[in-house]
Amino acid sequence: MATTEHRPNIGATPRRKEDPELITGEARYTEDLTPPRTAHVVMVRSPFAHANIRGIDTAAAKAHPGVSDVLTAADLEGAFAAPLVCAWPIVDDIKIPPVYPVEGTRARYAGQIVAVVVADSRAAAQDAAELVEVDYDPLPAVIDPEEAMADGAPQLFDDVPNNVTYHWRSKEHSPVPSAGDPDPIMASAPVVVKERFRLERLVPNAMEPRSILVEPNASQGEYVMTSATQIPHIVRTVLTLITGVPEAKLRVIAPAVGGGFGSKLQVYAEDAICLALARRLGRPVKWTADRTEEFVSVHHGRDQWQEIELAADADGKLRAVRVRIVAGMGAHHLLLTPGIPMLGAWLYGGCYTADAYSVEIIGVFTNNTPTDAYRGAGRPEATYAIERAMDALARKVGKDPAELRRMNMIPTDAFPNYTIMSGLSVDSGDYTGSLDKLLATLDYQGLRREQAARRASGAARQLGIGLSTWIEMCGLAPSRVAGALKLVCGLWEACTVKVMPTGTIQVMIGVTAHGQGHETTFSQMLADQLGVDYDDVQIIAGDTLTVPFGMDTYGSRSLAVGGIAMHNAGEKVIAKARGIAAHTLECAEEDLEFANGSFTVKGTDRSFGIKEAAFAAWTAHNLPDGMEPGLEATYVYDPPNFSWPGGAHACVTEVDTHTGAVKILRYVSVDDCGVIINPQIVEGQVHGGVAQGIAEALFEGAQYDEAGNLVTGTMTTYLVPSAAEMPSFEVLNNPNAPSPTNPLGVKGIGEAGTIASPPAVINSVVDALSHLGVTNVERPATPERVWRAIQEAGQ
Amino acid sequence: MRITLTVNGRAHEVDVEPRDLLVYVLRERLGLTGTNIGCDTSTCGSCTVHVDGESIKSCTLLAVQCDGRAITTIEGLANGALHPVQEAFTSEHALQCGFCTPGMIMAAASRLNEVKDPTEEQIREGLEGNLCRCTGYHNIVKAVQKAAAAG
Ligand code: FES
Ligand code: FES
Repeated sequence: MATTEHRPNIGATPRRKEDPELITGEARYTEDLTPPRTAHVVMVRSPFAHANIRGIDTAAAKAHPGVSDVLTAADLEGAFAAPLVCAWPIVDDIKIPPVYPVEGTRARYAGQIVAVVVADSRAAAQDAAELVEVDYDPLPAVIDPEEAMADGAPQLFDDVPNNVTYHWRSKEHSPVPSAGDPDPIMASAPVVVKERFRLERLVPNAMEPRSILVEPNASQGEYVMTSATQIPHIVRTVLTLITGVPEAKLRVIAPAVGGGFGSKLQVYAEDAICLALARRLGRPVKWTADRTEEFVSVHHGRDQWQEIELAADADGKLRAVRVRIVAGMGAHHLLLTPGIPMLGAWLYGGCYTADAYSVEIIGVFTNNTPTDAYRGAGRPEATYAIERAMDALARKVGKDPAELRRMNMIPTDAFPNYTIMSGLSVDSGDYTGSLDKLLATLDYQGLRREQAARRASGAARQLGIGLSTWIEMCGLAPSRVAGALKLVCGLWEACTVKVMPTGTIQVMIGVTAHGQGHETTFSQMLADQLGVDYDDVQIIAGDTLTVPFGMDTYGSRSLAVGGIAMHNAGEKVIAKARGIAAHTLECAEEDLEFANGSFTVKGTDRSFGIKEAAFAAWTAHNLPDGMEPGLEATYVYDPPNFSWPGGAHACVTEVDTHTGAVKILRYVSVDDCGVIINPQIVEGQVHGGVAQGIAEALFEGAQYDEAGNLVTGTMTTYLVPSAAEMPSFEVLNNPNAPSPTNPLGVKGIGEAGTIASPPAVINSVVDALSHLGVTNVERPATPERVWRAIQEAGQ
Repeated sequence: MRITLTVNGRAHEVDVEPRDLLVYVLRERLGLTGTNIGCDTSTCGSCTVHVDGESIKSCTLLAVQCDGRAITTIEGLANGALHPVQEAFTSEHALQCGFCTPGMIMAAASRLNEVKDPTEEQIREGLEGNLCRCTGYHNIVKAVQKAAAAG
């Protein structure tokens, strides 16, 4: 039912409600809170990537002034009811060795916690941590996932042969059938390209390091945890499993949180340790990561070897896609570790059509920090493989890459609800429309002419044009699909909308923000829906005590799942207010029209406002018989499908053939993210996402030495780019494919930029050099790697 | 040892250890938690403040080096009304999570004191010591341009 006429907020860009406290320094992040009597925790971490622990001597550390305790795994036996939790056993025979928060016998990565120091000050705890003597017996380590699965490689766990934790095959394990059998087509097709890519590990580096404060009420057995987390509700449930603290007595608060990108979508050893210590000591306990500690203790992203084969007709018409992924898990599983590569398994066919499709993924343990979700989680990996391979196919059949893409795209008239080759149903899309808009904005033909001229003149600086036409599945997710994919939890979302007696509105919602601007976006939506002022709406989130149960924030789900929960709760509020209005105006409910915050009897000027209904519902003096007092409603929304954004990105680079330096001249994006609530926030998400993807393509990659030490383990050695390394962005949108699966037509945008941009950048670099014979540059495409690729091609 | 710091116009006498960093004293001793700590290698710029009018990373200075000097933190930048850089950061959506923002604003305000009408390149290079993981910098550049135009 259409409930509003005048929509002053949706599509507008009001000042963000989040900003005032952030630009004045008033916001409180977890590390800003230090209650009286706080005990400070410092972790003692293994300096070895792989080592047996023969013994730990804590005497000197315990004697250090200000130290209240130093604890090892043996001391904490009994503190943990269960090991760290992995909630995504993606195949029945997956191997998930139990790993406890503090390791007692064998360190399996440099950075694993082997002891814990608690002191009155952070400085005292740091000094004492230096005094803990651990007797290590170093073992050979293995870092590369392909090497780790080879016979004879160092073994992390005795009962995990070849370090292989799982083998997932789409034909065997997918809950939906995928198209055809690629094997015979690969054997007979006129054209086959086979590409192999290395996706190095990435370190998320949210600007706020992780931080935890636990305040106990020991005599009552109650605990309040404040944490730099994306997922307060999931943290609470999982910590109950690990520590045995009853869920009803644990409150988790996410205050201001300084970015996440997946790195705070986790229940870490440190969370369980701080809760266990608060219970043991009966005083507030606090831990904050140093940045260098963050590098080894926060889960990493990517880490794959990819092999992708495309079979095609001679003209480039795609026939089959076959993919094999070897994915590095790190030293053990964390919350979602095994499932991350599988989240991409539906997207290796991109926005194209083909007759046959298969993906297999081998998950392998390695002696480094566990991997898990990092912005895009599985989908950037898939998009990278298919978009790089499409360029390779274009070169092979001698077609322009834009043309090759267009001829293989799912046509716009195939929607709604087109089943892609991996077997999932896509709600809506207009891929050719996005590509056309992109090419027109670029002046693609003009760029190709300039490229030809530079090639002809043999200029030192060659021009590259890289495309990426992407789709993704976000708005995670329908609970039954999550269940079919063996995820242990559901992925619905809950929201309560409460209209107060004086007319302002509280919204308690399960999704929680760490930069995305939920307060602003959700206020805009509800203000238009209920016909009230933007400033009358207050969004409350990030506290398990005050908001209904939720599944928190990741996978670009806040708007497409949380926002719809709010919208549907808003509809329930309107329906109840309608009953009160009809009762008061003595008419039938059907005779009322609702617009701009007021119910009007059709054909008259008799009206009753929603705020008046709230007051009437509060006094409850004159409500319809049987109606509950109060004007509030809760809705728990489980979406019927993912939302499926898509689009077309282009990166124009200038590559110096003498030095290998890459300069981005233009970056243009055309994205379909459904109906846009706040264009400024959407553009901001695209900017940040594209920047992270460019960083992934050109600058970032975790490097290890032979012994398994992270040699890019600080911000000076791991290049998080600054403003000086980034271009400006040209951000456009394609409004032609709103989602048909939700009442607002919205999709997600939080991860789009990171999914789309890495192949656009590398395709551009390769395109600039392809006339020299270059067909691949591994990422990150540092000047040295680019230069070497040129030299090798010339030989 | 006892030092005197004038912070946001108010004089404070504080007892500090010789190893205490300025950022620690601001946050832990004076309760001014608007200045953030994002790294331990003096790379990120989250901790940027003004000392005697010039921007500096407060994790690179010992508190004792600041004895007798005037310090402005993000809490003291607005003077009745928002500073033009603060105003432009919110109007241009130059912040998302806001963690880098106090440092970024302090750095930008001081660059604008040095170069009144900077080019895009000068802005980007001027902010090289301040990292932001959320915005991709596009809107930060726009905000600084707008603040420059506002004077
Ligand atoms: S905290 Fe990173 S530069 Fe000071
Ligand atoms: S706004 Fe989040 S780091 Fe800059």
